Amino acid sequence: MPLDIDRIRAQFPVLRRRVNDHPLVYLDSAATSQKPRAVLDAERAFLEHHNAAVHRGAHALAAEATELFEVSRERLARFLGATAEEIVWTAGATAALNLLAYSFSNASSGRGGAQAERFRLRPGDELVVTELEHHANLIPWQELAGRTGATLRHIGVDDAGRLRMDEAAGIIGERTRVLAFAHVSNVLGAINPVAELVALARRVGALVVLDACQSAPHLPLDVKALDVDFAVLSGHKMLGPLGIGVLYGRRELLDAMPPFLTGGSMITSVTMEHAEYLPSPARFEAGTQPVSQAIGLAAAVDFLDDLGMDRVHERDAELGQALATGLAAIPGIRLLGPAPGEPRVGLAGFIVDGVHSHDVGQFLDELGIAVRVGHHCAEPLHRRLGLAASTRASTSVYTTDADLAAFLDGVGRVRAFFRA
Amino acid sequence: MSREDLRNLYQDVLVDHSHERHGYGLLEDPTAESHGINRSCGDEITLHIRAGDGVVESIGWTGQGCAISQASASMLSDIVAGLTRDECTRCLDGFRSMLQSRGTDDGDEELLGDAVALSGVSLYPPRINCAMLAWTALEDGLSRIDA
Repeated sequence: MPLDIDRIRAQFPVLRRRVNDHPLVYLDSAATSQKPRAVLDAERAFLEHHNAAVHRGAHALAAEATELFEVSRERLARFLGATAEEIVWTAGATAALNLLAYSFSNASSGRGGAQAERFRLRPGDELVVTELEHHANLIPWQELAGRTGATLRHIGVDDAGRLRMDEAAGIIGERTRVLAFAHVSNVLGAINPVAELVALARRVGALVVLDACQSAPHLPLDVKALDVDFAVLSGHKMLGPLGIGVLYGRRELLDAMPPFLTGGSMITSVTMEHAEYLPSPARFEAGTQPVSQAIGLAAAVDFLDDLGMDRVHERDAELGQALATGLAAIPGIRLLGPAPGEPRVGLAGFIVDGVHSHDVGQFLDELGIAVRVGHHCAEPLHRRLGLAASTRASTSVYTTDADLAAFLDGVGRVRAFFRA
Repeated sequence: MSREDLRNLYQDVLVDHSHERHGYGLLEDPTAESHGINRSCGDEITLHIRAGDGVVESIGWTGQGCAISQASASMLSDIVAGLTRDECTRCLDGFRSMLQSRGTDDGDEELLGDAVALSGVSLYPPRINCAMLAWTALEDGLSRIDA
């Protein structure tokens, strides 16, 4: 049975808003999704009934908060096909990627003992990313390379924005220690060939880091089936609260990595000179934790699983195709990424000939239509495609066919307004 | 002024200037050069000033950006050519206060010429930087010329 979009929409209070005298058409879910009432209620219920710090204190509220926090972790583990020990709460995907980079950096400075050996980077070692990464999956690796003397390399894209898989085998080689790439491009909507890239990394024993920010809201994810070593998610892009994300890591790796942030609640014993650390995930969760956000994210995952990620994916692919087909049919519009008919998620970047993306966004905003404009934190990809900026529409489970019709109608009128 | 119609923001004069781009192209013998970038959207401008005897003789610029930033640079090129430094400063002050007025200052046409067509930008705070880009480059360029 297909998704009942009207029923889904009724769960998102903000979708009743009007903007500039038009019903809100929210097509910026890739920047941040809207949140269903179940998520808002879960956060509020925690704050009104159970609020306490977790993993400390012996009182009833502390025990309840800890229980809810850990049950939420198990919920995310189930969503991803992992175990609870493999789920680290972070402030977001950016924080999760920096956690990895700084842990490897600390290992490279000699921290973490013999078991951290496999994370130590030296001059001559290579880190590999792709040219289409979000800055969050690029700059932490640039900085890590700068600190350790390792070299950062990248797999390029062709003129259509497709990863140059013909080059990948030559770039991922014996020196490669880490391969980090996006599951889905946040500009192009293309789904990258995870299995092929993982196979190349496995051949040379490199660690694989998957940025799943733009896939988790759209497709079923199973980190074991994908066979990646690490994956990062952003809660607020998948119907969850702001300020929460997840780092998934294979347990034996997380337990061997030195911590990044240090402080309270991540130790087994501390003297004035030395500290011993808890195993994962606690060793990566120093200080007071974002408990209501974690609970809210678990509620978001409940919401998605109640809809069924297979059905979410089916609807999402349909929306992606409708966007691609509709945009490609408008004169003066250049669709970025996969051509109509080729796989993509419900996300499409495009160029309006002769009109800057800020002006496109302003024109659509006047019609109550929210899209993203600019370089979408993917400046190297834009430069490679010869663009300074682009406009992006992105969908979610609450996106209607009418939303897309209003959007496509608006885009069709942009050039006349600006006399382009 | 109100936000009722997007034409209050993108007035016809503004759209004209965004296409015509008066002053587009760099000068061969600039007295000062300035580079401006709008960090929120990546719009950029390189602005040349040729000045002598305390008077701005001409402006040349290149860059890319939205209709508002391009039109603003075009209008600026028309307005400040032939002005003394003090007159440029008056224009800058008048332009800036118009943009920061939240719709209460339609701009002095005698002072700002076509640039009064940018008055609607004051109701769209995220776009004020677009309109200011060329003007802050001018301010920076003038500061590099000995008084």
